Amino acid sequence: MRAELDQPEGHIVSETETIMSDTGRSSMLRARGLRKEYGKEAGLVRAVDAVDLDVAPGETVAVMGPSGCGKSTLLHLLGGLDRPSAGELHLAGQRIDQMGEKALARLRRDAIGFVFQAFHLMDELTAVENVELPALLAGNSTRAARRRAAGLLERVGLADRARFLPSALSGGQRQRVAIARALANEPLVVLADEPTGNLDSEATLEVLRLFESLHEAGQTLVIVTHDSRIAATADRLISMRDGALVDETRLAGGTTGHLSSLAGLDA
Amino acid sequence: MGRILLICRLAARDLRRRRAEAVLMLIVITAAAATLTLGLVLSGATSNPYLDTKAVTAGPDVVAQSAGAAKNGGPPASLTALENAPGAIGHSGPYPLASPSLRAGGHTVSTAAAGFTVEGRDQGRAPVDQPKVTQGSWVRPGGAVIMQTYAAELGVRPGDRITLNGRRFTVTGLAVTAAWPSVNAPGLIWLTTADARSLATAANPLTYALNLKLADPATATAFTNAHGTGNVYLSSWQQTSSQDAKAVQFEQEALVAGSWLLSMLAIASVAVLVGGRMAEQTRRVGLLKAVGGTPRLIAAVLLAEHLALALLAAAAGLAAGWLAAPLLTSPADGLIGAAGAPSLTAVTVGVVAAVALAVALFATFVPAIRAARTSTVAALADAARTPRRRAWLIAVSRRLPVPLLLGMRLAARRPRRLMLSAASITITVAMIVGVLTIWQLDHVSKVPGGLINPVHAGVNQVLLVITVVLTVLAAVNAIFVARATVADSRRPLAVARALGATQEQVSAGVSASQLLAALPGAILGIPAGIGLVAAVSRNGPVAILSAWELIAVLLGTLLVVSALTAVPARIGARRPVAEILQSEAA
Repeated sequence: MRAELDQPEGHIVSETETIMSDTGRSSMLRARGLRKEYGKEAGLVRAVDAVDLDVAPGETVAVMGPSGCGKSTLLHLLGGLDRPSAGELHLAGQRIDQMGEKALARLRRDAIGFVFQAFHLMDELTAVENVELPALLAGNSTRAARRRAAGLLERVGLADRARFLPSALSGGQRQRVAIARALANEPLVVLADEPTGNLDSEATLEVLRLFESLHEAGQTLVIVTHDSRIAATADRLISMRDGALVDETRLAGGTTGHLSSLAGLDA
Repeated sequence: MGRILLICRLAARDLRRRRAEAVLMLIVITAAAATLTLGLVLSGATSNPYLDTKAVTAGPDVVAQSAGAAKNGGPPASLTALENAPGAIGHSGPYPLASPSLRAGGHTVSTAAAGFTVEGRDQGRAPVDQPKVTQGSWVRPGGAVIMQTYAAELGVRPGDRITLNGRRFTVTGLAVTAAWPSVNAPGLIWLTTADARSLATAANPLTYALNLKLADPATATAFTNAHGTGNVYLSSWQQTSSQDAKAVQFEQEALVAGSWLLSMLAIASVAVLVGGRMAEQTRRVGLLKAVGGTPRLIAAVLLAEHLALALLAAAAGLAAGWLAAPLLTSPADGLIGAAGAPSLTAVTVGVVAAVALAVALFATFVPAIRAARTSTVAALADAARTPRRRAWLIAVSRRLPVPLLLGMRLAARRPRRLMLSAASITITVAMIVGVLTIWQLDHVSKVPGGLINPVHAGVNQVLLVITVVLTVLAAVNAIFVARATVADSRRPLAVARALGATQEQVSAGVSASQLLAALPGAILGIPAGIGLVAAVSRNGPVAILSAWELIAVLLGTLLVVSALTAVPARIGARRPVAEILQSEAA
């Protein structure tokens, strides 16, 4: 999958495109006319309405907007957790909106990492067992999966909590375990849905630092958030309303390295 | 009073809201209650038909049978002396008894099999023992009347031909008698006295039977004790009645044993159902608590619901068992009259109601206490009950293919449900193995003539009915356990799918989790079934099914369980991941 990143990809810009990456790089994620509808006729609801979006490799994109504007639905579509009603979706040049359920599962396993607001860790598994799960699902050897999980837990600063159950971890620690799990299979893209929504300020700072290090390491990130401090760490901020992308702000390479100066988050 | 009214109202509303589950619970407990009722009401159910038959046929109080004949070929003096014994006020006979070989209805019954006896009778009515002809007509030269039970075993009807010692006879009629046990004894064929005498051979000489009427029928057993000798065997009407009753007695014992198994299965089924319901109404418990419901009220509502269902099921079971009893006690083949619906005694009603209530109580107690103790905040948030962690299972599962990895971890989350599921399979497999063993015993113990013992046939019928009911209940149970597993594991399964597990892997994982319970359950069921037969067998050691038969039972069980759980597993695996993850809190 990673090899496809180096392949040049034609960047077709239609007249209707309003918000697109202008990085000039080939897209890691590319959506055209993406739409998700629920209900019929009078009861029709467009949760995602004709979204065009490009995310470049290594780019961090923050998606903001009021509750119910379709941010999470967009993220689920981008990650293959849900199917669009219309439109096209490409990941690393491969069209994924028409993939079968099995292929989508493989895609999620090998190329996408999810971080959820509610963590969604397995309650009965320890931190290290949670982190190694995607690798085991991918058929990796138990030894390799455990080694990778231990390394990731060390990377997120939880090596000493590897054998703790989620119930014995703080909210911030749980989210760091969830982030480590998202990285287990070296995904092309990490999609985070309100990753700090359930965290206090201190835990939010821990998670922000983690995303910062991921950003520095060149990990492609799409973060749905309500928190402007999280959004400020991105390369690009996209605003949504009523299912559509309505605004884009380029943040000059994000605020990487300036977390401590963010209001209220000084460690 | 107000609190009781509130409990009743809440219980009634919840039952109405979850009708399908309530109906299923009702069916499960009703099946157990009906089987238990049948077992209890069958006790002594044949005594009346025997007495009816004895009255209608002027049945003897004592039947005396000689071991041989006098030197002149006539009845021995020791037998004829009984005609004038103290207490005897009437008699018929002595009648000659012959033991020829028989060919009828495709069966050949040799004398050695002692499968039947021929009795020579006068064409006129006898003062004692007047067999009641139920079809055709009474004996005439060249004609044979067959005891009704035996005719059914042979498969012959009036007009058919039979061969006795190579001589052909026409079946002129079928009859019943109170002088001869209708089941569990050799069959009886009546010929004319001359025809019967003609069947005597040097190897099988004639013996004689004398029917006696006593002044006081109640003293028949004492009479047989006083006058029985080595040359004359006497049997009282009480012995004959008791032998007739054995058929129903065995059926009753099989039913009572089966009903206990059904009750155990019902406990497992109801526990799964209640557990599943509890998982679905955590929020309701939270709401009740939030508005001031005490833990006692919560437990009382849950108990009230299920105890009300149990009482209803007990009533339905009592009615069903009582109405079905005559079908099993029907004396159609051997006796006349009808057993009718045996009366329901207060003890029967009490035992059945107590068992039904106990089933509901046992199954509801743990979930009720758990609900009462749930934190209000957690219940309001509809937080999933924390699963159990089995570290060794998780460690072992890491090395397995994805479906088994998921299945083992799902199974490890709810060990109590796993045990209930395994217990349900154990009970069912035990019953299946028991029935197969009994069938095999029947096959082995079949008389050389190939006739089926009617008592065994009746018991087999009862066992078959119980096995079918058990299997259906176990099937329902398996589906509900799978459904409860899917409902309870929707979040971890959705997370697994978000992490890349395919729908097929997830549904195979759910099925695998059920098979992990079914496998030990089925393995345990095999010795349990053999033990069950050994425990109820009156003839010592029992035959054991062959290895391939036991393997077939094991594999068949696993196959059925995987087929039954496949549907809920697939439905669970198809739910949209995003929807589940968005609606479920951590």
